[in-house]
Amino acid sequence: MAGYRVNKTYAEINEKIRSGQVVVATAEEIIDIVDEKGAEEAARTVDVVTTGTFSPMCSSGAFFNFKQSVPAIKASNVWFNNVPAYGALAAVDCFLGATEPCEEDPLNKVWPGEFNYGGGHVIQDLVAGRTVHMRATGYGTSCYPKREEEREISIDDLPQAILCNPRNGYQNYNCAINLTNKTIYTYLGTLKPKGGNANYSTAGQLSPLFNDPYYKTIGLGTRIFLGGGIGYVTWHGTQHKPTAQRSKNGIPMSPAGTMWVMGDLKQMSPDWLVGISMQGYGVSLAVGLGVPIPILNEEIVRYTAVADEDIHCQVVDYGNDYPNGVDRNYGYVSYAALKSGMIHVNGKEVPTVPVSSVVKAREIAMRLKKWIENGEFFIGEPQFTLPVS
Amino acid sequence: MYSKILVLQFPSGEVKKPVVCYLTKYYDLSFNILKATIFPRKEGIMVLELSGSKKNFKNGVQYLKNQGVVVKNASQEVTRDNSKCIHCGACTAVCPTGALSIKRPEMWVAFDQKKCSVCELCVRACPTRAMKIQPSSETFFE
Ligand code: SF4
Ligand code: SF4
Repeated sequence: MAGYRVNKTYAEINEKIRSGQVVVATAEEIIDIVDEKGAEEAARTVDVVTTGTFSPMCSSGAFFNFKQSVPAIKASNVWFNNVPAYGALAAVDCFLGATEPCEEDPLNKVWPGEFNYGGGHVIQDLVAGRTVHMRATGYGTSCYPKREEEREISIDDLPQAILCNPRNGYQNYNCAINLTNKTIYTYLGTLKPKGGNANYSTAGQLSPLFNDPYYKTIGLGTRIFLGGGIGYVTWHGTQHKPTAQRSKNGIPMSPAGTMWVMGDLKQMSPDWLVGISMQGYGVSLAVGLGVPIPILNEEIVRYTAVADEDIHCQVVDYGNDYPNGVDRNYGYVSYAALKSGMIHVNGKEVPTVPVSSVVKAREIAMRLKKWIENGEFFIGEPQFTLPVS
Repeated sequence: MYSKILVLQFPSGEVKKPVVCYLTKYYDLSFNILKATIFPRKEGIMVLELSGSKKNFKNGVQYLKNQGVVVKNASQEVTRDNSKCIHCGACTAVCPTGALSIKRPEMWVAFDQKKCSVCELCVRACPTRAMKIQPSSETFFE
């Protein structure tokens, strides 16, 4: 990896943050900077590029420890506001998944279901400081005799509350259409019949893994913006698939890399962790996530300068192909086209609908930029980076 | 004389039949169309003021319902709780009138209540439940 004209270390960049000398640009701002100055000069000037994404991320949830009661309980089953959590950990530990619906929810029995409340909403209520009703049952043992426990709890009552999302920040995703004759309700939103609309869900040029497509700076220990607070990348996420086909600029053409992220829920905010109800599909959690990319050399800054025109995703039919595992697509479209509001599929104009919030993604990149400029946030050097093969 | 503003929601196939004209012909009702948005392949929405005797009114509405038309009072309005809106854009997939639209290039979602036909489609399509049905401030009848 020799032969870079610009070489910066994590320590040098963090020293600049400490001394207030650091230069930070968002993933949108860097596009013009590289365009004007060229990659080498841009890499000399800019130290960090901030990214952001804000979208429903189903593979999310939180670990809670909720303190022993007197007498003590081995809580096997746990509910928060009637949303079941997984209790098969130590006595008063549990995991609450974002997509768990509340127990009396009619689900899709009245189709399409509304899914008004679930795990994602509990997480948002807790970070908002609201009280939730906790209920736990156990079968009773000598050391843990209590069989039932009910409490009103707030996040301050929990000794630990840790957001732990096994898959966030997907590097690219499908653009979904529906070629059947009926409206369908998917995790990518409502899809009208006969290709009536095309839904897509990444922030394009702002999205973290598009800006470091080979994960040269991202891995265990990368410090990130997570849910309005500070979190970390701890592993590659589930379904991480770095071998997906890539275009010349290194950008995958289909869903590829993912991140496993964690952080202390207690310092997060309900503005950046939002409970989601996807009609006919289920509940989820919209997660605000931002990754700072340290500009170690000119190659990395070139990656961060990727623009919507250079990022493509495949158009997939969610009416028939996706549920039946048919490996087929209806061509590739750029994020520039998707954001323009209209794409062409099979020679027909199809209006596009985003599911990911670009407005919020941009705000995350801006906030992260401010944090770094103010010396409140330092770049975490990964112990090892996410696998590329 | 009985008069009410109604929102008629036509299922996609029904729009071709002149059901509204039959209200005059068979039920002696007069109508005044305030707003109509009917696109090919989509559900149609019509807001109209329907007047006549109370009995005819009732029968006319029953006739519409038998034709598969969803009939609702227009004494409601749809509003957006801006503190809940995350500007994702999901609602723009279902809004038939363009009341909810994306402002480019910034990609924020604007809500123009003047264009809203109160079809309520966005209320359940909005993942954060930012869109709400409320009783309208204006009272149209009685
Ligand atoms: S779907 Fe709801 S949250 Fe998303 S832009 Fe529309 S009103 Fe806002
Ligand atoms: S109720 Fe919602 S979907 Fe219907 S016209 Fe008004 S804003 Fe659009």
